[in-house]
Amino acid sequence: MARVLGLAGLLVLWEVLTRTGVVPELFLPSPLSVLAAGVQMLRSGELFAHVVTSLGRILLGFGLGALAGVAVGLTVGVFSVAEAVGTPVIAATFPIPKIALLPLLILWLGIGEASKVAVITLGVFFPMAINTYAGVRHADPLLLRAAVSFGAGRWSLVRKVMLPSALPMIFAGLKLGAGTALLLLVAAEMIAASTGIGFLVLNAQNLMETTTLMVGIVVLSLLGLASHWLLTRLERAAIPWKVDS
Amino acid sequence: MRVIVDGVSQTYTDGRGQIVEALAGVTFTVEAEELVAVVGPSGCGKSTLLSLLAGLLTPTRGRVGFEGELPPGRPATAMVFQEFALFPWRTVQANVEFGLEEAGHPASERRALARYFVELTGLGGFERKYPHELSGVMRQRVGIARALAVDPAVLLMDEPFSALDAQTRQLLQEELLGIWERTRKTILYVTHNIQEAVWMADRVVVLSRRPGRVLDVVPVELKRPRTEAMLGEPALLHAVERIWGLVKSQARAALQEGAA
Repeated sequence: MARVLGLAGLLVLWEVLTRTGVVPELFLPSPLSVLAAGVQMLRSGELFAHVVTSLGRILLGFGLGALAGVAVGLTVGVFSVAEAVGTPVIAATFPIPKIALLPLLILWLGIGEASKVAVITLGVFFPMAINTYAGVRHADPLLLRAAVSFGAGRWSLVRKVMLPSALPMIFAGLKLGAGTALLLLVAAEMIAASTGIGFLVLNAQNLMETTTLMVGIVVLSLLGLASHWLLTRLERAAIPWKVDS
Repeated sequence: MRVIVDGVSQTYTDGRGQIVEALAGVTFTVEAEELVAVVGPSGCGKSTLLSLLAGLLTPTRGRVGFEGELPPGRPATAMVFQEFALFPWRTVQANVEFGLEEAGHPASERRALARYFVELTGLGGFERKYPHELSGVMRQRVGIARALAVDPAVLLMDEPFSALDAQTRQLLQEELLGIWERTRKTILYVTHNIQEAVWMADRVVVLSRRPGRVLDVVPVELKRPRTEAMLGEPALLHAVERIWGLVKSQARAALQEGAA
């Protein structure tokens, strides 16, 4: 209740400040005018087109990055040769700010969709690979011993002990990756795009259409909220044995 | 099935690179359908012994063997663990089915077998619960059901009730004996509780402190079925005293060594 009141209070204060002209509409449009602009952009189909383009990029990049990350994390966690080769490579490439690679990716893959998807894939890959690896390595040795005593082979151990042991870490990685993906999406769309929410925000700024800019920001925060909510729901369904959360 | 432990020695290298001798020339047998307890001071290599029997380790010297007919698809051993070692992501039913999955039983057979052992161990109605929703006693019942479900020739138990409080321990001991009467499994039962060992077992193998050697094998002259009233019988008290005498000298030597 207190949280809702706090949020509502902030919105009311914002509305009042802009209505009374304390803050000029050009710098900060009122919540109601942002809402009106949003509805209008939704009606015209303009907003929809941007959102669909952005969603396509982020879903593809996130999916590819998550899959590759889990696969690499599992491999590195299970096979000691892969661990010896993989961990230094990951440790060396992980600190590179992924957005710095975008110009290179554009050079390689062109200015189209591929380079944007690729930068998101890279951004999601690292937290997923690192978390999956850590999750596998933290599998309880007692459970591994129990599984072996019941005749479990290597593949059974991976599938029935290591992977479920790593699931909580994998979901933590997914949530981390979702945030990174959104950030990289917007950055990539601001640098080189003619559609998408990032482009919408930057373009609106160029045209001094602050209201449109604010609509873009609201849509981005809604995307962030939605992805977090969805992942939390998924996590609960996938990890019913987790005591809290 | 008969278990033969013949001159088994086991050494391993610990975390600091020191060579540790866990067992030294251990020899004893467990007859078919017999319940044998192994007692000894902490660090006498009891768990190492079980790992050897479960095939998780190979002895440095000596031989661990099983004598008797073993139909295909039936494992020689199955283990019940002190800390239960249940899979937290599996329900009671799925935990009991684990060993059957690994042994390659078809799904319908797994379900039926698991249901039978769930009922046998008093877990009926809890099939869909996860381990974290169960008490310690219930969890260890799952551990026992999981081990029995694969129909092992020999049931290995690694201090199965030491994580439980005294009252529930007594309860589960009685349950286990009841199950044993019905299934006639060969059981090797490791514990540090001498009274428990004597009350349950046909014979008690007493191990020395590290490196573990067999100090004595003490037969228990008590009728079956065992009842709580037998806890006061002279035969039981006599056996407990004899074993305690052996273990005490070991414990004292360990204390003196620690003080020096």
